[in-house]
Amino acid sequence: MPDFARPNAVSPRDEVLLRADNVSRSFGGLKAVDRVSLAVRRGTVHAVIGTNGAGKSTLINVLCGEIPASEGSVELLGRDVSRWSQPRRAQAGLGRSYQRNTIYAQFTVFENCRLSAQARLQRPWDWLSSAARCDFSGTAARRALEKAGLAAQADREAGALSHGQKRQLEIAMCLATAPRVLVLDEPLAGMGAEESERMLSLLEGLKSEHAILLVEHDMDAVFRVSDEITVMVNGRVIATGEPEAIRSNPEVQEAYLGDEAVH
Amino acid sequence: MRSSTSFSVLAGLVLLAALALFPLIGSRFGIDLVTKMMILAIFALSLELLVGQTGLVSFGHAAFLGIAAYTVALMTPESEPASIWVVLPAALLFSGGYAFFVGALSLRTRGIYFIMVTLAFAQMAYYVFHDTALGRGSDGIYLYFRPDVSIGDWRLIDLDAGNTFYWFVLASLAFVFVLLSLIVRSRFGRALAGIRVNEQRMRAAGFATYPYKLAAFVVAAMLAGLAGFLSALKDGFVNPELLSWHESGAVLIMIILGGIGSLWGALLGAFAFVLLQEFFQSDPIFGEFARHWQLTLGLSIIACVALMPQGLIGLGRQLGRRVSLRRRLRHA
Repeated sequence: MPDFARPNAVSPRDEVLLRADNVSRSFGGLKAVDRVSLAVRRGTVHAVIGTNGAGKSTLINVLCGEIPASEGSVELLGRDVSRWSQPRRAQAGLGRSYQRNTIYAQFTVFENCRLSAQARLQRPWDWLSSAARCDFSGTAARRALEKAGLAAQADREAGALSHGQKRQLEIAMCLATAPRVLVLDEPLAGMGAEESERMLSLLEGLKSEHAILLVEHDMDAVFRVSDEITVMVNGRVIATGEPEAIRSNPEVQEAYLGDEAVH
Repeated sequence: MRSSTSFSVLAGLVLLAALALFPLIGSRFGIDLVTKMMILAIFALSLELLVGQTGLVSFGHAAFLGIAAYTVALMTPESEPASIWVVLPAALLFSGGYAFFVGALSLRTRGIYFIMVTLAFAQMAYYVFHDTALGRGSDGIYLYFRPDVSIGDWRLIDLDAGNTFYWFVLASLAFVFVLLSLIVRSRFGRALAGIRVNEQRMRAAGFATYPYKLAAFVVAAMLAGLAGFLSALKDGFVNPELLSWHESGAVLIMIILGGIGSLWGALLGAFAFVLLQEFFQSDPIFGEFARHWQLTLGLSIIACVALMPQGLIGLGRQLGRRVSLRRRLRHA
């Protein structure tokens, strides 16, 4: 039986749970990601920022195993997972959310999470017992919904939720798989101020139990929740460091933040 | 949810009782027609697992029906019946085995490519039976005996006696329906539903989706094989047309007509398809024009799909909603 408490059962803060070492990804002659190295530690939010086309989404697709790296290696919880498929990496504790909603719109909110939780205890040969009666995935789904603040919406059809709630559900679906590393692709995309605030509080709450890799365009949010920031331009890392160091880095200011960062 | 399940169980029991009692009042022609409807319903249910539940539109499903039918015909001697314990498993295994081969390759493609690859494999199977000595060409093969259903010297049932074969087909239909109902509700079935809605999300959650799809493909093929087995027994004859793309297209039309995504829809669709076919072929009603029944059937199906995008089962749901809305408005 899988361990519900997997996020709490990890080793001390600062342990690197996800590491990219000189990762590159080429599409024909275009190098979308060029020798990128980064480390995501437990209990921290590591943001990756960059202009459109900087290679952020390609990088997280490589880290999650959705597309293979052309060069370099990816380590998850100390194991080299470079050749692992996406489902295998997810089983090992890597959860991801997508830039656009990937919820199961016709299912209920609870069923969305229950199905995600089922990934940890699949038993595909068991055709006689109802999935709805599986205590393990039901309990994991309820916990995930509580953490994401969606417990009250459990019985609603997922497609009927507001945009902000759908984004929360994306996170809840990740949490239902009990990941140790969360890779979140623009979780604030398209949100209003109130919804963004709710999402940021959620991320701050999740930080203590997970290592979070965050790709986000909202700079105020990034500087508020991040412990470390990596800046990418044209597929390459131009700076990595704490938010204050990044804010005052002249190369970053010139390449990405512009005058905004100075003020 | 619980009330809809109870309604399904009740409706199932009523339909089962009605079908079981039908031979007591039905004519020979009627019994033969309902037997054909039930066999096609098994065929449609098998495709529903693929198309409606898993989101895999196969255009070569008739190949599995035909392979099973040919297996029975080829394994039955001309002078005596074969044992059902040999021919039935063999028919299902050959269908399932070919599906494993076809699925293993075709499931690496998606969308229109998957449709075309399944069609190509089905046509390959069609020409194996059509153009080689194995299938004895377009003339097909006669089946002189229905299989023997005995354990040792004890004959359990005689498939040639009275309406026994009719009830055997009904029991097979009930078995397939119950099996698929269980599968749809199981963890396997929910994973298939997740794959249908969003495969990318399922992979991100940790589901290796390929084995799930392959398992669904093989199970669907084996159930189609059961329909093929029964079809061979019913007609006492098999020919390559059983594997043709017309049959694969017809079964797709059945589930579209009934309503994709519902087991009841597949059942209704198969029944409606056969009834419409019979109706438009009727000389007393259409006279000379009955010869052009494909035209009228086609037009009626186009009209059904245009007017009922969710199929016959959707029409039932729509009517139910309207009635409950009217009731609520009256009480308000």
